[in-house]
Amino acid sequence: MSGSRSAIVMRAVQEIQDGMVVNLGIGMPTLVANHIPARMQVLLQSENGLLGIGPYPLEGEADPDLINAGKETVTAVPGASYFDSAESFAMIRGGHVELAILGGMEVSEQGDLANWMIPGKMVKGMGGAMDLVHGARRVVVVMEHMSKHGESKVKAACTLPLTGQRVVDRLITDLAVFDFTEQGMVLVELQEGATLEQVRDHTEARYAVAAELERGRA
Amino acid sequence: MSKTWASAADAVRDIPDGSTLIVGGFGLCGIPETLIQALVEQGTSGLTAVSNNCGVDDWGLGLLLRTKQIRKMVSSYVGENKTFESQYLSGELEVELVPQGTLAERIRAGGAGIPGFYTPTGVGTVVADGKEQKEFDGRTYLLERGIVGDFALVKAWKADTLGNLVYRKTSRNFNPLAAAAGRITIAEAEEIVPAGALDPDEIHTPGVYVQRVVQGFGYEKRIERLTVRGAGVQVQGREGR
Repeated sequence: MSGSRSAIVMRAVQEIQDGMVVNLGIGMPTLVANHIPARMQVLLQSENGLLGIGPYPLEGEADPDLINAGKETVTAVPGASYFDSAESFAMIRGGHVELAILGGMEVSEQGDLANWMIPGKMVKGMGGAMDLVHGARRVVVVMEHMSKHGESKVKAACTLPLTGQRVVDRLITDLAVFDFTEQGMVLVELQEGATLEQVRDHTEARYAVAAELERGRA
Repeated sequence: MSKTWASAADAVRDIPDGSTLIVGGFGLCGIPETLIQALVEQGTSGLTAVSNNCGVDDWGLGLLLRTKQIRKMVSSYVGENKTFESQYLSGELEVELVPQGTLAERIRAGGAGIPGFYTPTGVGTVVADGKEQKEFDGRTYLLERGIVGDFALVKAWKADTLGNLVYRKTSRNFNPLAAAAGRITIAEAEEIVPAGALDPDEIHTPGVYVQRVVQGFGYEKRIERLTVRGAGVQVQGREGR
């Protein structure tokens, strides 16, 4: 894992509390599972029909009938349950999953999320992302602050097709943590080594700076 | 009265060209392998397939794509398939992308006699285009339609001769929903047992939803991404969700 991805993942782990039911998206969010402290009892939900994802199986013990939403072979923890896809999304849409940590391509200052489609590239589909952003009680997005081309992914308005409008509660990047509130987007934390100036220069979105951070500066 | 049919070929024989099929499975997990191959052999064409995914190039619904038997796919995620990509880009294949939870509920609703329902999923996105919107308690919802199939193809772990079905682990996925939403539902199973051999408390799909049961054979149960603990992660298949 690169330094920036590692910083994002390690910060995202702190969103998880003992006893939570959490859905982790494909890619970087899945890596969060490796760092949940062993003392915590957390149930990971997989939208293909498993509550209680366990570690990857040992070599030779993979079961083709037991996969996660990324179609990887997994195991189930003691106390896990299996169910069908309608039940799985009833669980999600009904607000029974406390936290979803999802990857992002762009996040806007309104808390809009784009993470499923790039026009001109082959369309793959939204999978369960559009359901998760409306269903999970809290939506945390993890992504690198800048694109490979050096553009800010933290936008005034998303340029890519949306996954959901005003759905993000918190954004964690390699530079900072932002919250989306009734009053708008707020910079609440800096990642280690990042400065307010650096975040300002790399962010297209308009945001307020939390009072604690402003004070820290004085 | 037993619902078991002698072969998959017999069970799919009256599926006409142009049918809408609801097909169980998630990725390659819990797909009706035997029935799909019977359809490939039969050559039924112009099909609309409602299924979360469309297999990979050489397995699952990908087999029916390769032979151009599918005219339209209704799916939530189709990113594992090159054949799909080329047919879609050339305009041979029509695609309706549906959020996964909406797809599951549309199939569930179809099987439960519910013509439509409201969901917040997709509000403010391209999914909302052309759909009725309504506010409930200050929140906006989309009207989505239930789906009924001419036929449903499902895969069970065990079936009894009355069509009661039991699935195994995460191979359940869309199968019970599909079973209820087919006007004629054909189930294949790894094992068929006499009526009475399954514990009624453990049946996932009551036999009322299932018209035909066939013995599946030669299960490959391919794994899309073999991941194991320990020395690194071994990935099969292409990059993607």
